[in-house]
Amino acid sequence: MEKITLASQLLQYLITGLTVGSVYAMVAVGFNIIYNVTEIINFAQGEFVMLGGLIMVFMNVAMGLPLILAFPATIVLVTVIGIIIDRFAIRPIRRPSVLTLIIATIAVSILIKGTASFIWGKDPFDLPAFSGRNPITFLGAVVQPQYFWVMGFLIITAVALSIFFDRTILGKAMSACADNPDAASLVGINVKQMILLSFALSAAIGAVAGITITPISLMEYDRGAMLAVKGFAAAILGGLGSFPGAILGGLIMGSIESFGAGLVSSGYKDAFALIVLLVILFFKPSGLMGSIEISKIKRF
Amino acid sequence: MSAGIEENVLELQGVVMTFGGLMALSNLNFKVRRGMIKAIIGPNGAGKTTLFNVITGSFPPTQGTVTFNGRPIQHLKAHKIADRGISRTFQTVELFGNMTVLENVMLGCYTRIRTSFMASGFVLSQARRKEKQIRENALKILKFIGLAHKFKDLADSLPLGEQKLLEIGRALASEPELICLDEPAAGLNETETHVASSLIKAINAKGITVLLVEHDMKVVMNISDEILVLNYGRKIAEGPPEDIRNSPRVIEAYLGAEA
Amino acid sequence: MLRIAKLPIAVFALFILVFPWTARRIPAIEHYPDIMVFAGIYCLITIGLSLLMGYAGQISIGHAAFFGIGAYISGILTTNYGMNPWACMLIGMAVTAVVAALVGTPSLKLKGHYLAMATLAFGIIIFIIFNEETQWTGGPDGMSGIPGLSLFGFEFDSVERYYYLVWGVVIAAFIFTVNVIQSGTGRALRAIHASESAAGAMGVDVARFKILVFVYSAVLASLAGSFYAHYLNFINPATFDLFFSIKLLIMIALGGMHNIWGAIVGTGLITFLSNEWLQYFEEFEVIVYGAILLFVTVILPEGLAGVPGIVKGWFRR
Repeated sequence: MEKITLASQLLQYLITGLTVGSVYAMVAVGFNIIYNVTEIINFAQGEFVMLGGLIMVFMNVAMGLPLILAFPATIVLVTVIGIIIDRFAIRPIRRPSVLTLIIATIAVSILIKGTASFIWGKDPFDLPAFSGRNPITFLGAVVQPQYFWVMGFLIITAVALSIFFDRTILGKAMSACADNPDAASLVGINVKQMILLSFALSAAIGAVAGITITPISLMEYDRGAMLAVKGFAAAILGGLGSFPGAILGGLIMGSIESFGAGLVSSGYKDAFALIVLLVILFFKPSGLMGSIEISKIKRF
Repeated sequence: MSAGIEENVLELQGVVMTFGGLMALSNLNFKVRRGMIKAIIGPNGAGKTTLFNVITGSFPPTQGTVTFNGRPIQHLKAHKIADRGISRTFQTVELFGNMTVLENVMLGCYTRIRTSFMASGFVLSQARRKEKQIRENALKILKFIGLAHKFKDLADSLPLGEQKLLEIGRALASEPELICLDEPAAGLNETETHVASSLIKAINAKGITVLLVEHDMKVVMNISDEILVLNYGRKIAEGPPEDIRNSPRVIEAYLGAEA
Repeated sequence: MLRIAKLPIAVFALFILVFPWTARRIPAIEHYPDIMVFAGIYCLITIGLSLLMGYAGQISIGHAAFFGIGAYISGILTTNYGMNPWACMLIGMAVTAVVAALVGTPSLKLKGHYLAMATLAFGIIIFIIFNEETQWTGGPDGMSGIPGLSLFGFEFDSVERYYYLVWGVVIAAFIFTVNVIQSGTGRALRAIHASESAAGAMGVDVARFKILVFVYSAVLASLAGSFYAHYLNFINPATFDLFFSIKLLIMIALGGMHNIWGAIVGTGLITFLSNEWLQYFEEFEVIVYGAILLFVTVILPEGLAGVPGIVKGWFRR
């Protein structure tokens, strides 16, 4: 009996870990989209998730819009915020250096956080789960239906992105910018527009993550920073710039956190991802699927 | 030769450098005699800059030894090699753009005169004396390279020709026995090239051995005592300029590369 | 030449000397010396941070951790073990130096974003430790009863006495740092900022110097932490969170990172903003900080230290 309990306990940790990990994976993918086109690490990446969750609460709960309308409307709003960030905080910087770009995105991050606390206050908000809250029991582990939505949207995002980057002209143009911006602008690609697009896309994915996770973990104004750091940890674990790496990294990072909190110490829950991040940065900064050669070519 | 002082300042034996399976230098052997100007030429991608990076410690060779004044240096970090007496310039100018012309040269003196963090914080009188001496040395060098009148300008604000001179001046300030110049004439006009090559000769006349990578054949043929030709990381010829000029292998390498 | 004039330092020292005397006579600013004590404590951190970031070009978003380590070592050793506060201060600095060297050695091999994230992660980990190791730190509630400072029977028990103590140390640290900047060491640091490969080729031990400044700035932050703990007699983890590291960043960015005076000016302004002028904004002061930081990054990349240059430019035109 004891054994079964432990096994189901571990399964429970794994499922929770993969769910939370899906969110980290989406944040990591968002980091990569912007990084690949601009070589900027957007420290405000986590704010998109927070905004996605809170705007969705506003649309769905406060305004009473049905899920099917509130979902796309939230994504559009957050995407617009992503565009505003590029247009008014990143593009006007006259002599961009790593340091100024880091500071600019940090500034954006605390501006968004401050504004969110102004609008929504400091309490966490709940959102109705997409298909109810009747848990399914699976081999002794309790699974919320919303878990499937989170993981499902990670898969949808991944498929949509791979179609976008491999099959569409716009996506190919963006990849070209990532490989060589000078050459891309020579063949007539508008690099500035591609940067704008990367912020828009990355904000949209962040919003999806925020909307889907809020019914599980609630959402409040100051979640962004930690989500950003953990998403970055996932991106680094997978190899900065690699999309499959980001997804794998996110899922691993979520699982490490879940098992760490369950088996080692729940108080240190937030520390596990960070310790893993430091270990990777110190010993294998190229990550699992990234290449050292690429990281050497990158300017920053 | 006479005991104590080595006849060859620099000696490379069996140097191999690979980057992820790509061989940039393969089994390279050569010597640089004290007091000479030796040029290294070869088509683009022949491994010339890689060779400089190995000699000056930017990265250690995969295999082989680099001997400087009779002692192996291939395992040393760049700053240790600089301390031993090898200085260099860079193909793409690497000045400290945010510092003045004078400060750039003053930094060059760092290998010979330095103060500790604590001593500089407490400005011990010895630190002040040293700083004065560094300044005087640097001014002397600026006069030598003809940039004394621009000592206050920011390094970034100089035209390319003067930046190249300044980089040589900075390297000289470290009082090297061997100076490695990576394409000192690249991007310069005819007058500037002339200035640069007379400067190199003047440096050599001070007794400093010069190792030179250069594409401008006129410069190379005019000033060097010996030429080493690289192609695909291999030595294909070595000797005095007139021999190299007529070597069929060299001509083939260049024409082959251009065809 | 990079020369930092002596006269402004003397004028500034004089200002610091007479400020409490003046403030005492003007009711509206009577309590300013108290805020100035905090400004002085933060200045100790930002002076080192300015040398690290502005001059040597190495990013840190984790200095709140070193500030906290100093504060907690002073707090724990004095309250739990009754040790002499001055000895605790030195122990705190020594421990911080070791921690900074251990974290700095692998971190400073990293560049740009990687270094920023590594220091940020380190800062958050230390913050979590302050919260979780309740038996030592008192957890989120913090620890109280930390004794004040005294020297040979002289108690630093009034705001003014503490003010002179802290600012005396700040001015000493400032002059020391200015001397470093103007020396060959400072030149080597700026060279590392401009081109690590060229600095190395000129004999500068790049790795060692980066760690040295990192440790120096961490030790100053630790000292500041000890002063903080003994002044307030109470500490809790919230003081040493990620946002404090960002606030330090705002201080030096506002003042101007490439100018050591920027650290003093920026720290003074931000301290007065958060302890006095922004009181009415309460929790929304974060928006103000975000706006300041964004404004400085986009419009004033050289910070307030760059303003004289801009004004001169107008007159020349």
